[in-house]
Amino acid sequence: MSEVTEKGRLVSRAMQWIDDRLPITSTFKEHASEYYAPKNFNVWYAMGALALVVLVIQILTGIWLTMAYVPTAEGAFASVEYIMRDIDFGYLIRYIHSTGASAFFVVVYLHMFRGFAYGSYRKPRELLWLIGMAIYLVLMAEGFFGYLLPWGNMSYWGAQVIVSLIGAIPYFGPDLMEWVRGDFVMSGITLNRFFALHVVALPLALVGLVFLHIVALHHVGSSNPDGIEIKASKDENGVPLDGIPFHPYYSTKDFVAIVVFLILFCAVVFYAPEMGGYFIEKPNFEEANPLATPEHIAPVWYYTPFYAMLRAATFPFLGIDAKFWGLIIMAGAILIPAALPWLDRSKVSSMRYKGWFSKIALMNFVVAFLVLGYLGTIPPSPIATATAQIMTLVYFGYFVLMPWYTAIEKTKPAPERVTH
Amino acid sequence: MSEDTVNTNRRYLLLATTGVAAVGAVGAAIPFVQSWQPSARARALGAPIKVNIGKLSPGELLGPLPAWRGQPIFVIKRTPDALAILENELEKLADPNSLDSDQPEYAENLHRSRNPEIGVYLGLCTHLGCSPKYYGAVQPEAFESNWKGGFFCPCHGSKFDLAGRVEKNLPAPTNLTVPPHYYESDTTLVIGLDGQVA
Repeated sequence: MSEVTEKGRLVSRAMQWIDDRLPITSTFKEHASEYYAPKNFNVWYAMGALALVVLVIQILTGIWLTMAYVPTAEGAFASVEYIMRDIDFGYLIRYIHSTGASAFFVVVYLHMFRGFAYGSYRKPRELLWLIGMAIYLVLMAEGFFGYLLPWGNMSYWGAQVIVSLIGAIPYFGPDLMEWVRGDFVMSGITLNRFFALHVVALPLALVGLVFLHIVALHHVGSSNPDGIEIKASKDENGVPLDGIPFHPYYSTKDFVAIVVFLILFCAVVFYAPEMGGYFIEKPNFEEANPLATPEHIAPVWYYTPFYAMLRAATFPFLGIDAKFWGLIIMAGAILIPAALPWLDRSKVSSMRYKGWFSKIALMNFVVAFLVLGYLGTIPPSPIATATAQIMTLVYFGYFVLMPWYTAIEKTKPAPERVTH
Repeated sequence: MSEDTVNTNRRYLLLATTGVAAVGAVGAAIPFVQSWQPSARARALGAPIKVNIGKLSPGELLGPLPAWRGQPIFVIKRTPDALAILENELEKLADPNSLDSDQPEYAENLHRSRNPEIGVYLGLCTHLGCSPKYYGAVQPEAFESNWKGGFFCPCHGSKFDLAGRVEKNLPAPTNLTVPPHYYESDTTLVIGLDGQVA
């Protein structure tokens, strides 16, 4: 008995010694055991935690892949084959990494949709939303640079197409393109610098931005499916009445989501790592050939909605040629969600209380995104192009018309306290 | 009053220091930015190549050849029928006279080459740099029922005729680039140099 208290006293003295020098206990309280999250979270609110899990998976497997990968035009393709065939469990580490890339975009797209549906971007979370958008952009760049590294034929020509996009910028374009490639064509020089960006520069940026994202989130507090502020109703101790401590309530709940996620993730890694050509495309099992484009070129699925919009620009307009329009539309489509906090003029945040216009617009947006995603994977044809053009308008309509339809529609009153 | 003077001076000092630091930061960025330019080795690899076209028969494609800075080059030999199409079928083309396109002076004509029979084109679509495929024959193709022969880009569907001229309302803004080229003899084509003006 006395031994137990003796040991306990020792531990608490050790903790005190550390806390005097590094604020572990107070940080843990602020961000976990006394961070109050709304009690009405649903499964959509697990996506952020899942994204964090995928980030850890990618960093870990990425470090291991770097140990055997050779970032040269001569060695890259062979070194990936070496990882796949000769290294114990090399295939597993690579498939976890390639599946992780797709999983990252799955959870991030769901995470963003949650924001669209429940108005997570609204005041006071504008900056949190913008940091999230920056994470999304870095993630897209990370995926793009990483896709060149296996030096397969689809890697090569996919990167060629995206780098050529820069060439559409008037006047500076061609020189800028040469500067990015460091050569007159995509070459080993390009591969080597993409490797540096993929394994050093962008992961550092990503981790830094994720840190800021969480700091900003914990400062303003989590939103919730009702889209109301739980900080508006607090008890005598200043604790939100509708809040529960993140730890242990949501840390355990997130673990359930993580287990379910990992089951699905492992199923893909073990049974369908190529996902029928959507996660790893078939022409990528051939080494890069600078003289021959694959018969049908398509980016990995997570870029295809934007790729379809790029291809939808087929005619000059307002004195700007089709090629530059393609770039403008594609960049605009990726960036426009950043404007959401200032486009949404509704009295309520959550889709639960918004009117029919908002609901229909969001449904249209989802349909447009999915249809464009499909169109981006198939070869161009007149009917596909026409469909993509209409869907591009629907996609932009969701954003551009938002100030109008959110202002005029009839909304339901949001409750004072959360419902669940 | 004396306090105001001190503060103003400090503000100027702060501005001046920040300004100098900003100039320094820009200066320090130069080597990092400049190091991304094509290196001396990459530039040296862009030497011209010689191609024997003696065995090329009409309608045939030679290439893509890894020529002119490692970029794919198409060399085609055109039939008299194909040349007639190049001179007469202009209404579908975006830039039939190659006014906005990239080619040497001696290729600013309807066949876009030095020698009407032989076409030399950079095999990269002017849209986003995919390599178009050669469909030389006049026959219906999957992408065009009324095909008159030319190049088709599988990536984004741009169509070019046998002089590398792009059709209207397709993603590619200009005709295929014509690399510098000249004939050392009847059968030896040099790609990458303009040679003597003929």
